[in-house]
Amino acid sequence: MTGIVSYGAYVPLYRLSREILAQVWGGKGKGEKAVASADEDSLTLGVEAARDCLKGFDKSKVDALYFATTTAPYKEKLSASTIAAACDLKEEIRAVDVTDSIRSSTNALTMAVDAVKSGSAKMALVIAADVRLAPPDTLYESLFGDGAAAFLIGNEDVVVEIESSSFITLPFMDFWRLENDKIIRWWEERLCREEGYVPFMSKAIKDALDKAKVKVADIAKAVIYSPDKSMQGDIIKAFKLDPKTQVQDLMFDSIGHTGCALVPMALVAALQNAKAGDKILAATWGDGADAFVFKVTNKISKMADRRGIKDYLKSRVALPTYGKYMHFRDLMEWEHDLFMERRMALAEVWRYRNWYFRFYGVKCTKCGHIMLPHPNYCIYCQADEKLFEYVPMADAKGKVVTYSMDVRSRAIDPPNVLAVVAFDGGGRFFSQMTDRDPDNIKVGMDMEVTFRKVHDALHIHNYFWKCRPVRGK
Amino acid sequence: MRESIKDKVAIVGTGCTKFAERWDADVEDLIKEAVDEALKDAGVEIKDIQAGWVGTGRGSQQVPMGPPGGHIASAALQTQYIPFTRVDNLCCGGQEAVRGAALGIASRCYDLVLAVGVEKLKDTGYGGLGEAYPGKWEPIYGALGTPPGRYALAATAYFSKYGYTPEAGKRVLAEISVKSHYYGARNPKAHLRREITVEEAVNAPMICWPLGLYDCCGVTDGASAAVLVPSSEAKAFRKDYVNIKAFSIATGPGFLKEDERYDFTYWAETREGAKVAYAEAGIKDPRKELSLVELHDAFSIAELIASESLYLCEPGKYKQEFTDKRAYYHDGEMPVNVSGGLKSFGHPIGASGAREIEECVRQIQGRVKEPSRQIANFDLGLAHNQGGHPGRFVPGICIVGRP
Repeated sequence: MTGIVSYGAYVPLYRLSREILAQVWGGKGKGEKAVASADEDSLTLGVEAARDCLKGFDKSKVDALYFATTTAPYKEKLSASTIAAACDLKEEIRAVDVTDSIRSSTNALTMAVDAVKSGSAKMALVIAADVRLAPPDTLYESLFGDGAAAFLIGNEDVVVEIESSSFITLPFMDFWRLENDKIIRWWEERLCREEGYVPFMSKAIKDALDKAKVKVADIAKAVIYSPDKSMQGDIIKAFKLDPKTQVQDLMFDSIGHTGCALVPMALVAALQNAKAGDKILAATWGDGADAFVFKVTNKISKMADRRGIKDYLKSRVALPTYGKYMHFRDLMEWEHDLFMERRMALAEVWRYRNWYFRFYGVKCTKCGHIMLPHPNYCIYCQADEKLFEYVPMADAKGKVVTYSMDVRSRAIDPPNVLAVVAFDGGGRFFSQMTDRDPDNIKVGMDMEVTFRKVHDALHIHNYFWKCRPVRGK
Repeated sequence: MRESIKDKVAIVGTGCTKFAERWDADVEDLIKEAVDEALKDAGVEIKDIQAGWVGTGRGSQQVPMGPPGGHIASAALQTQYIPFTRVDNLCCGGQEAVRGAALGIASRCYDLVLAVGVEKLKDTGYGGLGEAYPGKWEPIYGALGTPPGRYALAATAYFSKYGYTPEAGKRVLAEISVKSHYYGARNPKAHLRREITVEEAVNAPMICWPLGLYDCCGVTDGASAAVLVPSSEAKAFRKDYVNIKAFSIATGPGFLKEDERYDFTYWAETREGAKVAYAEAGIKDPRKELSLVELHDAFSIAELIASESLYLCEPGKYKQEFTDKRAYYHDGEMPVNVSGGLKSFGHPIGASGAREIEECVRQIQGRVKEPSRQIANFDLGLAHNQGGHPGRFVPGICIVGRP
């Protein structure tokens, strides 16, 4: 039976306290929101969630990838292809960006399920990630956070069965961005609530429950999309769900509203607390509504090593000021840079795509040493590169050999930390260190690698790997 | 069979511009100023010069296309169709110019040649050196790897290996900078001419942890030049000519940052270059035999590590052998960078290597303008300048001495 065979999630390290927003704009703030680092975007968040999800799976069996986002880094240029490479998936894969709607996440999930059901894909990866921006000094600026979740769809060892689904599509307008808009626009929220969200979410949920022949009382957790903090309440009341036990927290106070990743992330949070036999209801909204009834199987016990929401929430760094947030999200015109224009060479990145995207090192078969990046001759025994074989290094962990912190760097988030990392099992990585607390870096500390945006030289998002202190602890 | 360069080539004239933020001069003006002084010092005219080498990393650092050819000097000096070649090995460019000229003499293809090193860094509107051009790995792998960022890796590693707290380590580095500024203040052509205290240095604004403002050299414009002839003919130019005793360039394989054996607490390339140069000059105990070492100290940690890697003391013993004994002052046991060094004299990339050789030559000749930093009984001087960064260096080492 086709279903979810694995899941993963990602919450960026940085959190912006709503007290800081209140200090800037007035009012009162409660809780905090997750903020993607200056070197993260929806693509890199998606890679993180996917890597959490793919842990322990044979990646060569994945032959489709659906990336859902409303904030793709490019208007023209696939994100899913970059994600596929960064996740070290094979090249013989179907990869699609599913965009333009908050509901693109459940649309992507449905496409993946259909592909696996039809037999055109053995396993399909679904990723949802968003880094949405609202105008400063609005409710939505305070509400929106960043994050990602991923699901692997397959036929064997299913962790979550899909008992039913229902779909409604409408030409309904509530939130939108025009072609060149960086921040969202929206219509009066009462129209959405009364004419769109409440009636049609209700219809989709009822259809899904009826199809699955499941009563509301049988639902262990309901993951119900909400455009803001209050609208969800109407659905909870209408279906007589017990808000204390049956309703999955959307984590607005700890992560924020993560756009098309909201329901997928809340579903992962629900699954991290679920037990075999639990029935989970999930419903999304945007140009209509989807609803699903899921059933958790006893394979859930195999998912214990996922960091998911739970572990990623544990490690956090508070953004000290709103100014930092403005830098992270590029919310202002900044000091003109007199530096010579930074360049890059696409041909070089293409030649060494196994290095830049897949983070392959090479192993000298003559002396056994692992090297990154790829030299022409072994740096230990001078053997020709013909004797090298590729070694995937993206899952390697290591320790800091030495580091420095460049306070005057052009980095968006100085100090720019340079670090040399020795991987357990061999290989060394000279690297930028990201997601670090400058006051708590030490020689010997544990590191892992993460796929990030290094810079935008020549108006190209140039992605590469950085090291970071191990997260999720 | 290979022959040694020892005592075959003589330096008969040296010149050096004022090192500073030279708003009054462009790159060609700097070349002219340094060469004019060197030619006068040698008692020759530009038309007598048979060939020239100009060392520069970036020329005027204005053109993203990269640095210029030999025209940068031929046009500045209006030489008439003689060979003028631009050489570069990053911060070792000035050494390469002198070495090219020396090899021209040693080959006997020429008997009167000119070497000049130059850099004009301050016309760009920003501080520092800019970033690497697209090439292998750059600028994505190694993005934002600035010179302070890369050198500070060595400071962290040194402190960690030899058990210094950052505070204690920074004091050792501060003493070096205090010494550099002491001599910068006593050198009329130096860029930074103000003395500083240890407290000022350790409390200075951070540039790149653990290196503060006074751990880093300034960004400087300048040029330095030398006139070379065969040693056998040098007496015709001046009595107090100085001979080249050894010249080594030890271009590293460039992958030490990525090499598990390397711990960032020594300069492997400098060690290799020093062995070759000491063998060529016949030096057995450098600390006893060398009267002065002018070495690459773009950062205070660079002076510390280069001193150890030139075998002036045991690895890890710098504080005991230099700081505690004040050995590196001009009247100490092993004077180092009594010109003010790159730190205070300034570091126009391609000029520095030639400028260090000039300092050694003028020390030997007893012509240091401020007597307060003149070293007595000068025999052999060593000039060391290295391009690149920890793990990927190319040092040039030139030893000069009395005939």
